[in-house]
Amino acid sequence: MKNLKPINQKAGRIEAQIRREQLDVVGLESQPPEGANIPLGCSLVFFPGWEVDSDGGTAGLCQPVERDLFDCHLACFWPAHVPDQLNHSPDWTAKCASAQKDWRKLDLVFP
Amino acid sequence: MTVLTTEPLMVETPTQLALREFHPFEASGARYVYLVPSAGIFQLDEPSGAILDVLAQGPRSDDEIVGALGQRFSEETLRDGLTELQQIRVIGDVGAPREQVVNDLPPEGFPLTTMVLNVTNKCNLACTYCYEYGEDKIVDTTCSDQPKFMADDTARDGVEFLLKESGPLKVAHLTFFGGETLLNFPVLQDTVAYARKRAEEEGKRIEFSLTTNATLLRPEIIEWLAENEIGVTVSIDGPKEVQDKMRVFHSGKGSYETVQPKIKELLRVHTSRPIGARVTLTRENLDIHRIYKHLHEEMGFWEVGFAPVTTAPDRDYEIQDEGYVRMLAQFGELARDWLEHAVENRHHGFSNIKDTLEEIHKGVSKAYPCGAGLGLMGVSTGGDVALCHRFAASDDHNFGTVADGIDRDKQREFLEEHHIKNKTDCHTCWARPICSGGCYHEANTRYGETQAPNLHFCTWVRSWTHTCLEIYGELSERNPSYLARFDA
Ligand code: SF4
Ligand code: SF4
Repeated sequence: MKNLKPINQKAGRIEAQIRREQLDVVGLESQPPEGANIPLGCSLVFFPGWEVDSDGGTAGLCQPVERDLFDCHLACFWPAHVPDQLNHSPDWTAKCASAQKDWRKLDLVFP
Repeated sequence: MTVLTTEPLMVETPTQLALREFHPFEASGARYVYLVPSAGIFQLDEPSGAILDVLAQGPRSDDEIVGALGQRFSEETLRDGLTELQQIRVIGDVGAPREQVVNDLPPEGFPLTTMVLNVTNKCNLACTYCYEYGEDKIVDTTCSDQPKFMADDTARDGVEFLLKESGPLKVAHLTFFGGETLLNFPVLQDTVAYARKRAEEEGKRIEFSLTTNATLLRPEIIEWLAENEIGVTVSIDGPKEVQDKMRVFHSGKGSYETVQPKIKELLRVHTSRPIGARVTLTRENLDIHRIYKHLHEEMGFWEVGFAPVTTAPDRDYEIQDEGYVRMLAQFGELARDWLEHAVENRHHGFSNIKDTLEEIHKGVSKAYPCGAGLGLMGVSTGGDVALCHRFAASDDHNFGTVADGIDRDKQREFLEEHHIKNKTDCHTCWARPICSGGCYHEANTRYGETQAPNLHFCTWVRSWTHTCLEIYGELSERNPSYLARFDA
């Protein structure tokens, strides 16, 4: 923070929280940065998951993260955190030729 | 179906920003905000202070703010300032809802940290203002079925109760209270020995303390207190003419001459724990400087704490408006004095300020005014567990018995009813993170119900909290390392 200076302990915690919220999306293959919010996926129980495993890592998943993304998107038997390509969002990945490179182009969908 | 792209949305009307909930204060020439309800404290630089000044005149868009201050600060600085002020929620969209009062209850089985054992409900003094015997008593102990003295067995049950209910905590506190505690010295001795042994077996430690009027101190008692490292608080009002006005024997004779030499002896011999004085302030007894000087400097108490008397509204010793103004002014002066000592890392005995500063330092935002019924409970002479020592033996504020444990349903009900979310009068008050409505006993005496916020105290609570914030801000500038003492 440039203009404000945290003075008491609570202010320090508020500042840390704000800093966390400003972190960019980071690859979870590497050690997640301190304070990163690891998303809890749909898949901790049912499927190895397109997000993370129960320890917050992706390295141990059975398939690469981009593969899982499409797995959920196309064929998931469980209501996953991705649009339903069969019924509502057939074009959702149209701008994303290669998930590894273009995943930022995948956007939110509002029915 | 709509697929949104990452292009920015077109916003037709610029968002109007407005001030949100906070309390501003100044210290050492710098400006600060105390955030409500989060209780964080931030120091403002000049541009962010100027932004708040502009918004104090009414809602503005960010462009308007930048325009208004463009002569004084660069646009980049102002935009940064606006972002940061929004991030800490000192400002926000004009229509944004107020911060909700959270309504979560403490977790089930919250551990007990402090148990107050009322070892007797008899007293050899007859202080006019006493909440236990005076006009505002909750329980008439002269005709209740509670024993006059706590029995050894009950006290031992109390120890077991504390060990069990303190759950995972390694250290628990046991405070002896009365009546006059020392009227039941045999039980104190037995209980301390028993508690030490049992705590050791459980791998815990129990710290002991007691409150006494000092009339019954004798050399062997003093020695026992010192040997056992019992923290001692002496209830005393000040120099002779002050003490003898309210703190009298049943005959009406003042108690100063009796207690003065005994206290001297206590302070001389008992050096294993700091010994404090606790003063009850009344309308007639408000010369706080003089009392402080007498008790700390002349008598040698390590600490002196002051509390205004708890009374129903019409008692003639009740402190009234002008009395509060006087009290506050003197508290303020003692607080400044405390600050000057703290800046030089020296001890000062004014204890009221320390608890508040610790809460400010940590940024506590309370759902309950104190630990009563949660981490602290009182036990009557018969072994009933109550909200706190001031409610001991009251059937209406009972939470079980030491033998049978805490009645968790009753406790839950109490915590539901007394949560700050129900004190709607307090929802717009900036002091609520620290005050949270104030003492249940005070409320019960004043309004006949523990749930009521102590609205007769608000001006005083806010002024005192404001003073403490200023002291905190100044200390954080002049001797920030001192604040580490409040870290624990
Ligand atoms: S009792 Fe008064 S000072 Fe305390 S929180 Fe409520 S409104 Fe504020
Ligand atoms: S209810 Fe009042 S007397 Fe009892 S512990 Fe709380 S603040 Fe103290």
